[in-house]
Amino acid sequence: MINLTIDGQQISVPEGTTILEAARSMHLDIPTLCYLNLEKIKYLNQVASCRICVVEVEGRRNLAPSCATPVAEGMKVVTNSKRVLSSRRKNLELIISNHPFDCLVCAKSTDCELQRLVWEFGINTQRYDGERSEHAIDRSSSALKRDPNKCIMCRRCETMCNEVQTVGALTAFGRGFNTIVAPAEKEPIVNSNCVFCGQCVSVCPTAALTGIGYIQEVWAALFNPKKTVIVQVAPAVRVAVGEEFGMAAGEAVTGKLVAGLRRLGFNAIFDTTFGADLTVVEESKEIIERIEKNENLPILTSCCPGWINFLEHSFPNLKYMPSTCKSPQQMTGAIIKTYYAEKMGIDPKDIVVVSVMPCIAKKYEAALPNEETYGIRDVDYVLTTREVAKMLKEGSVDLRHIQEEEFDNPLGQSTGAGVIFGGTGGVLEAALRTVYEKATGKTLEDVNFTAVRGLNGMRIAEVDLDGRLVRVAAVAGLGNARKVLEKIESGEEKFDIIEIMACPGGCVNGGGQPYAEEREEIIEQRLSGLYQLDRNTKIRKSHLNPAIQALYQEYLGEAGSHKAHEILHVTDLFSAAVKQK
Amino acid sequence: MPEIRSQQQLTDAYEQYKGLLSLRLGKAVDDKTRLVLVCGGTGCQASDSQKIVEKFQKLIIDNGLQDQLQAEIAGCFGFCEKGPIVKIFPEDVFYVQVKPEDVQEIFDQHLVGGQKVKRLLYEDPALKVKIDTSDEISFYKLQHRVALRNCGLINPEKIEEYIATGGYQSLGKILNQMTPEQVIDEMKKSGLRGRGGAGFSTGKKWEFARGYANDEKFVICNADEGDPGAFMDRSIMEGDSHSVIEGMCIAGFAIGAHQGYVYIRAEYPLAVKRLQIALDQARERGLLGKNILGSEFSFDIAIRLGAGAFVCGEETALIHSLQGMRGEPTTKPPFPAQSGLWGKPTIVNNVETLANVPVIFERGADWYSSIGTKTSKGTKVFALAGKINNVGLVEVPMGTTLREIIYDIGGGIKGGGEFKSAQTGGPSGGCIPKQYLDTPIDYESLASIGSMMGSGGMIIMSDHDCMVNIARFYMEFIVEESCGRCVPCRIGNKRMLEILTNITEGKGTETDLLELRSLAETIMDTSLCGLGQTAPNPVLSTLKYFMDEYEAHVIEKRCPAGVCQKLMRYEILPEKCIGCTACARGCPVGCISGAVKQVHVIDQSKCIKCGACITRCKFGAVVRI
Repeated sequence: MINLTIDGQQISVPEGTTILEAARSMHLDIPTLCYLNLEKIKYLNQVASCRICVVEVEGRRNLAPSCATPVAEGMKVVTNSKRVLSSRRKNLELIISNHPFDCLVCAKSTDCELQRLVWEFGINTQRYDGERSEHAIDRSSSALKRDPNKCIMCRRCETMCNEVQTVGALTAFGRGFNTIVAPAEKEPIVNSNCVFCGQCVSVCPTAALTGIGYIQEVWAALFNPKKTVIVQVAPAVRVAVGEEFGMAAGEAVTGKLVAGLRRLGFNAIFDTTFGADLTVVEESKEIIERIEKNENLPILTSCCPGWINFLEHSFPNLKYMPSTCKSPQQMTGAIIKTYYAEKMGIDPKDIVVVSVMPCIAKKYEAALPNEETYGIRDVDYVLTTREVAKMLKEGSVDLRHIQEEEFDNPLGQSTGAGVIFGGTGGVLEAALRTVYEKATGKTLEDVNFTAVRGLNGMRIAEVDLDGRLVRVAAVAGLGNARKVLEKIESGEEKFDIIEIMACPGGCVNGGGQPYAEEREEIIEQRLSGLYQLDRNTKIRKSHLNPAIQALYQEYLGEAGSHKAHEILHVTDLFSAAVKQK
Repeated sequence: MPEIRSQQQLTDAYEQYKGLLSLRLGKAVDDKTRLVLVCGGTGCQASDSQKIVEKFQKLIIDNGLQDQLQAEIAGCFGFCEKGPIVKIFPEDVFYVQVKPEDVQEIFDQHLVGGQKVKRLLYEDPALKVKIDTSDEISFYKLQHRVALRNCGLINPEKIEEYIATGGYQSLGKILNQMTPEQVIDEMKKSGLRGRGGAGFSTGKKWEFARGYANDEKFVICNADEGDPGAFMDRSIMEGDSHSVIEGMCIAGFAIGAHQGYVYIRAEYPLAVKRLQIALDQARERGLLGKNILGSEFSFDIAIRLGAGAFVCGEETALIHSLQGMRGEPTTKPPFPAQSGLWGKPTIVNNVETLANVPVIFERGADWYSSIGTKTSKGTKVFALAGKINNVGLVEVPMGTTLREIIYDIGGGIKGGGEFKSAQTGGPSGGCIPKQYLDTPIDYESLASIGSMMGSGGMIIMSDHDCMVNIARFYMEFIVEESCGRCVPCRIGNKRMLEILTNITEGKGTETDLLELRSLAETIMDTSLCGLGQTAPNPVLSTLKYFMDEYEAHVIEKRCPAGVCQKLMRYEILPEKCIGCTACARGCPVGCISGAVKQVHVIDQSKCIKCGACITRCKFGAVVRI
């Protein structure tokens, strides 16, 4: 243990602890800006670039960045001397001297960590009014907006993109005053190998990285009397959207959200969980076929567009491995515009499908050229959880004080299996529940595959399908995906089924969710909220969803049928993505 | 070429080659045998020195005089002001500013005829007499060449000549007779401190790196010389690469490394070429690679090119760049001696530091530490530039005064102006005023007067230089070269530059002067690396010593040195103007009006202050105010 004093108080901490960590353990709240430590997903941004957390260390010539300075025996630290406070203030004043002052109309207003710090410091004048760096705003993709003018060079996105996700789309570029984090050669992001996972958006303290918003387009559709506007809600949204209304993280607000969306004027409120169940049924068929033939294994899940993009960029020779199933979002959209449209007698051209997703990449996915059925787009607009909260507020809905209502039928019926799609391991667990019963013909008594649950980046399990041991893995985070895929490529490891989600923790921690900043417990709470929903649901196996059964009976025939393939599968996943670029 | 596999064979090689240098050391063979040595440094090569040596060589062959005459290139002689320089041995005749068309004359008159070419000899500016030999020239007389000992003496592309100077003997001695601990002790005893800027004890740095156990360690030579005006490292690499290679081998032995890297800027192509030649030759002769000189010690060196970012001279940034990453510094600790290249213990030593190492073991730490001052031992190379007569590289013992360097070696202020300030330490250093001319220069004394040793750039300023503008220049450099990582350096320096620019444009206020100090404080106190922490030094030192100039700009809106264009006006004196129209016809923007034989007037709102009018007026009617 190392003994030191901070602001006159003695403390002993383990060797290697930083001054910041030691101070926080004493409840000394040293302000930080660039620093971000997400231990559970092994993310640490410790670049010490903002110089806001500086402290005075006796005997040291200059101030020390507390976030990156390890403690030493006998160290005497002062966190709030005049020298410290005036330096912090000055550096903050310097940061805002090269930052736009459009806070009122900024997408990140009230969610901005820089804005909050300026408010906390009580800075109320603009001390420096020199040149501001000017960079072009990048709206090249349908998902991610880059406004480099708002970049404060904290490098959080870069650390996320390079070290956690190993995508490597973002890097610091240039020198001096105009240094900026950008794709290589400052190319538009759509020309980079960005997979649009949106994790950079989750960690960006300002509005330098945000999702591309579609709120106005959705309002326009809602106010267009010729359109039937149908909304679908992804599982991970219901355990997070309440946070935007001051409710607890993980608290499921499904019924309130349904009621709120109905108030906004949507003609039908459907559940993406229905699409999840449908995905399970279609994918299980593929899984069983491949396992029986023992070919093209492992089968990789295809629900997550960020992950599919990653595969395309980094492992093109493994592209035969994913399931050909569309994602639940696209399946739900496709069924709305075919089966449901027919049933209701509405021309699918007059239907607008809006989906509410915890995700940025879903915006990208919905816009892919091949994500359509019989020439009609499956999904028209994708809103994030954050956006839908804004729409609700604008539409006078307060989720705290609204009575719960039910989803519309038939695409509102779902199972516990579909709900857990919203977290890492959930897609795999849901599939296993169905695969087991379909493959063995037996009833699965205990549906809980707890071995594949949790925030750990990779969970491996073996499942006995009546003698055939199936080796499965659930992987979250693209850096972990890279490790697994490298082992598969080299033949070092063998698996039968692998679920991969781009975001650490899965969709509950998606790039479109309310900003959790460094409160990692929020991700766990959302995850356990999903499992609680699953536990409380009567039907917990996707193939037992009566609405799904009816859909096959009335419309699709059987799983994997020709019609199912036309509507629910894509064959050119990859070339389509390339084409869009 | 046979490999040298033992210290005995190395001594044999020395005996075999030492005759190569006898002419150069003044030993005449007969009255006909002569050697022509032409400076092959980048500066002289830019003035056709390669053509000069080739012309000599051709004349020698054409006249069949190969047996008695020889023409060679050598490293930089240091007296760049007078280049290209040609020396004739054994007489040590020193020809300056030689052009290719002068070669025939030197050949005919001197090499064949035995008569010196008087007109090409150096003329002492004070005494107005021609001087025959280099050691009589005041520029050289007061120098003490240790790091530059072989520069200008040997052909850097021939390892035999380096061996002939006693080269690689120190390495041989160490490998045979010393333990790494003894090597480190000797280094500590010598008192050698890092010549790259900060002046940390080289021996201690090695000791730290030795103290961290690891399966792999590295020696890096920092040849990313970037201070404006400094070129000593380039000259050493171009003129004497082997001494750096030998120094690196010794360092490798001391810390337990087997691989070294020279990180050198790509803008130094000649140095890179010569270094590559030297590495190839050393490897071929068994002085680099596996089992050096037959010992157990193996060490090799590879070259890595930098893209010319100033910040990559900072050791952690250099290491990042070497690893193929963006050249950006990181927080210390951990220091590279603990966790450096690829996370392994690494020492980063500057070129000049390493060039000193072999001599320390050749002549002993006691000898080395007898040179210099109490805290700063040995010699230091300075790159003299600016308003000085003798621009060039000078090496003097630590403790030499500025006055000696500027007036005795440097030949005083160019154009007869008055000395105003010496800028040392580059963008991290400060401007030293007249009252400190007699300060003995060492690490501590320079720091105490607000400057620093830095890598040894020394830019002399006269009363024609505006100190506010000089401060602005250095800040501009920093703003360009900051890596952009930390806030105070990226934005703070930019704001300082904006204030300085305002002041030089007459838009400064007295509050600005306070703001400069306040910003400087935060930048120095909170920047991540040495670049930012020292960036405000030029501003602070000029604020301290030349406040009157700042005040003149801010309060009177006047630039005393007449440098700041926006504070300057051209006017036509009516009593002197005869209306000849010469100024008006020469004005590129047509801002001078007036009829023939009428007094002319300058429209100040259109004037671009190019000075064309003043040069055209034959009657002294145009004045600059």
